[in-house]
Amino acid sequence: MSSLQSLDLKQRSATTTPSPSVRSTVEVAKLIDISKCIGCKACQVACGEWNDVRDAVGRNVGVYDNPADLSADTWTVMRFTEYEEENGRLEWLIRKDGCMHCADPGCLKACPAPGAIVQYSNGIVDFIEEHCIGCGSCVTGCPFNIPRISKQDNKAYKCTLCSDRVGVGLEPACVKTCPTGAITFGSKEDMIEQAGERIVDLKERGYQNAGLYDPQGVGGTHVMYVLKHADKPQIYHGLPADPHISPMVGLWKGALKPLALLVMGVTALAGFFHYVKVGPNDADADDDSAETPAKP
Amino acid sequence: MTNHWVDIKNADIVLIMGGNAAEAHPCGFKWVTEAKAHNKARLIVVDPRFTRSAAMADYYAPIRVGTDIAFLGGVINYLLSSDKIQKEYVKSYTNASFVLNKKYRFSDGLFSGYSDAKRSYDPATWGYDKDKAGYAVVDETLQHPRCVFQVMKAHYSRYTPEMVSNICGTPKDAFLKICEMIGSTAAPDRAMTILYALGWTQHSTGSQMIRTAAMMQLLLGNIGISGGGMNALRGHSNIQGLTDLGLLSNALPGYLTLPRQEEQSFEGFVKARTLKPLRPNQMSYWQNFPKFHVSLMKAWYGNAATRDNNWAFEYLPKLDKDYDILQAFELMGQGKINGYICQGFNPVGSAPNKAKIVGALSKLKFLVIIDPLATETSEFWKNYGPYNDVDPAKIPTEVFRLPSTCFAEEEGSLTNSGRWLQWHWKGADPPGEARGDPEIIAGLFTRIRAMYAKDGGAFADPIVNLTWAYKIPAVPAPEEIVLEYNGKALADLTDPKDATKVLVKAGDQMPGFAFLRDDGTTSCGCWIYSGAWTQAGNQMARRDNSDPYGMGQTLNWAWAWPVNRRILYNRASSDPSGKPWDPKRKLVFWNGKAWDGADTPDMRPDAAPEENVGPFIMTAEGVAKLFVPAGLVDGPLPEHYEPFESPIPVNPMHPRNPNVRANPAARVFKDDLEAFGTPKEFPHAATTYRLTEHFHYWTKHVESNAITQPQQFVEIGEDLAKEKSIKDGDKVKVRSNRGQIEAVAVVTKRIKALECNGQKVHTVGIPNHWGFKGVAKMGYLANTLTPFVGDANTQTPEFKAFIVTIDKA
Repeated sequence: MSSLQSLDLKQRSATTTPSPSVRSTVEVAKLIDISKCIGCKACQVACGEWNDVRDAVGRNVGVYDNPADLSADTWTVMRFTEYEEENGRLEWLIRKDGCMHCADPGCLKACPAPGAIVQYSNGIVDFIEEHCIGCGSCVTGCPFNIPRISKQDNKAYKCTLCSDRVGVGLEPACVKTCPTGAITFGSKEDMIEQAGERIVDLKERGYQNAGLYDPQGVGGTHVMYVLKHADKPQIYHGLPADPHISPMVGLWKGALKPLALLVMGVTALAGFFHYVKVGPNDADADDDSAETPAKP
Repeated sequence: MTNHWVDIKNADIVLIMGGNAAEAHPCGFKWVTEAKAHNKARLIVVDPRFTRSAAMADYYAPIRVGTDIAFLGGVINYLLSSDKIQKEYVKSYTNASFVLNKKYRFSDGLFSGYSDAKRSYDPATWGYDKDKAGYAVVDETLQHPRCVFQVMKAHYSRYTPEMVSNICGTPKDAFLKICEMIGSTAAPDRAMTILYALGWTQHSTGSQMIRTAAMMQLLLGNIGISGGGMNALRGHSNIQGLTDLGLLSNALPGYLTLPRQEEQSFEGFVKARTLKPLRPNQMSYWQNFPKFHVSLMKAWYGNAATRDNNWAFEYLPKLDKDYDILQAFELMGQGKINGYICQGFNPVGSAPNKAKIVGALSKLKFLVIIDPLATETSEFWKNYGPYNDVDPAKIPTEVFRLPSTCFAEEEGSLTNSGRWLQWHWKGADPPGEARGDPEIIAGLFTRIRAMYAKDGGAFADPIVNLTWAYKIPAVPAPEEIVLEYNGKALADLTDPKDATKVLVKAGDQMPGFAFLRDDGTTSCGCWIYSGAWTQAGNQMARRDNSDPYGMGQTLNWAWAWPVNRRILYNRASSDPSGKPWDPKRKLVFWNGKAWDGADTPDMRPDAAPEENVGPFIMTAEGVAKLFVPAGLVDGPLPEHYEPFESPIPVNPMHPRNPNVRANPAARVFKDDLEAFGTPKEFPHAATTYRLTEHFHYWTKHVESNAITQPQQFVEIGEDLAKEKSIKDGDKVKVRSNRGQIEAVAVVTKRIKALECNGQKVHTVGIPNHWGFKGVAKMGYLANTLTPFVGDANTQTPEFKAFIVTIDKA
């Protein structure tokens, strides 16, 4: 997203001056109720349509997940896991993966580019791509493995929680689209209350460990899950049980920073000489040409 | 649907079987999540695969493909033998008490009246005993040995839990658990809804599968009540509209039927359809058939349809046989059909045995395609490598493509699964030279008519005399077409009790079908749609969602047929005295003077409960039919038969009678019989289906859909994968006796091997969305594999159960 927002800022990466904050906004959250999610991928399509980004048509690699992973052009994907309980009961766990919008965002902490990552006062963590230097620190800083660096412009991209929509009083595109009401959006307080009702229902249906995923290791998140098995978040395609910002980020902010900056400078210089001597990278030829049919 | 989408939220139990609502109807499935969230509903899913619906279920059980009658017959046996039925409902609202003809028999898998040579039944022995007045004999104690209740009890006593488990492969404890959950809804204050779709219709026993479920619902008292019903989820936004308007080879609009060849006399044709009541005081609404039929002929032929010419009866074709899609392609292959107009239909992808379809199309002189997309059918003649390996030089068929509009590029009405006609408005202009379907058809028709008018021809009358009173004859407007369906008065219609009182003025739109006449003074193009566009305007465009009873009925949102009734048979929601069975579900009740409530009553408004008018007004019995004396070609009670291609070599219900292994009354053409495979060569069960990410063969033309599910795959269980050394992502080839496809393997825990009749049955799941046109990766049409046989009654192809073999490619 760009920085042309009508939202106030709470913090900015690598910046020490105060952030604009005359307006007060409500802390928001998106609640994903996995027990209602059918994995239809309408949210994936809505995300691509609203943000006008989409990956190429890929291939099937033996699972329902498609695209197979997040990318600079795919900001949310459905992760499918077939999980067999000890009693043999099968569950098909389908988790919508994307940025969790941490209250204490590791990406923002790790980012060396001033103002490239911001957190609005409503809690949304946004990448301001025009300030991004493509160093990849946000990738290291993220405990959820979310940001992706674009091969096209070397900038980092991820879910914005539709900050542009939220800024004008709309819900995110994925929420608007979800046909079963598995994704809802509102104040964080309301979402926690709503999750509470869902958890009562799930417990009544025999899911004794149903609970809310709002991990405190990152100060809580602005994207939360209702899980049937909140005691085992990792069964949901590796959702971290207790996410924390990598200690490397703290280290980076301290002693290693000058050293790292030096390495980064050298790398950039090397890249420049590579470009001058070899030229720009070409995209690989379409590896699917073998499947093009014979012309009649 | 007997009920409607929103009403699903009122269910206590939702049974998804013969369908996969979460996968194929994701938007409608929201009402299941509503029922779970706000009504504490429990969701049961029975399916050969652990589907997206199963992922949402409170209880899931596997079943072998094509064995649903065995499963449901087992549930009926459980309900009857453990007395989990709503007795008062069964006694008063079904034909349980009707006494059957002495000659009715069922033995060795066959009902009485079967002819081996004709592979068909004469239903003469399936009727009721009649009294002197011509009424059916009943025994309200349900004890008579020949009453439907006792006959049914005996028939299904063979469907023991052991037998069910043996045939279906469903573990016995899972089956019994589901029986218990279903049985809980026999209580008058509990309701179960059944959501099904092509998982039941696409079998050689499809109609009977649906009937078995309906019988189960009747025993539980779940029909006609809020949160209950038999709910067919239609696979296309307007496929309900298609059937309503009679776009089937043997139908006329509004479920009127064409005469058969032997029905040359108009009187005989009318008499056979004007059903007299079989019990005293019953409405037997088809007694009004002449009004609907004559009004239709007046709409079509105006002044050319007169009493003297039997309302142009001779214009109607008389069927020597049904001309369903299977028959049409069989005849095409024989060279007997040599021109074909294919409107919004992609038979190369959508009809069984692709090789047969392409072979048949290759014999045509001309093929006209009316479609917004370049379909596989429009390019059946073009070589697409292994995906369509044909030689264009050897195909003489001339193909014309007439590009049409998409739904968003036109206005009109769509009829949803819940029978709501909802008007929609145009969102965009069509691209290029695309035209709306009415304009294309009108263009063809007006030219053909001009040629007949000028040059004459064999039997030109039905063509030159057809009413075509549109302002611009070559471009009929959707409004004009609906006005015609709704019908109008051709003369002042006076009150039969008071000739001075005019009910409808000449030229006015009909208020509803109750005002139609059989004397030529009314016209109506589709009687069930009468009321959609009245003098008060377009009822389908109404958008008031107020819900005064809080039951989701919203009678002022759009318009539902018939007469804006949202739940069919809703009189059955009250007991015989007119009091709601469940005070929480006050759908329709007797208020002392009239029927009242949250819905348009399905009853004569002033028929006091003491008159004993049964709630199933369309039947001659006045009650619902557990046993069907006439109307189905393959038996009055559902019986389990194996699919035509089954991994099990015998019918475990009748292991010693090979003639009843598969449906003995289903039509099979000779070449197709020979194209069936044997379990020895093709040991695995297979089934085809849709995925949420795609809609049929359309959305592979759409980039966003192609991204979310880009490439053809087949699903197999871990056991079979191990046996065949297949890993996730491997290329595999799947072969039936009719052809072979290649796809990526998805190895899954969601398809388990089942133990059936002493053998292990693996199932291969084959999604059907890929082909050789579009922006998704090219793939093989799934119907390369499927068998060319249909349901005995509807001829809907058996896409859901056949046999294959699979190997690593």
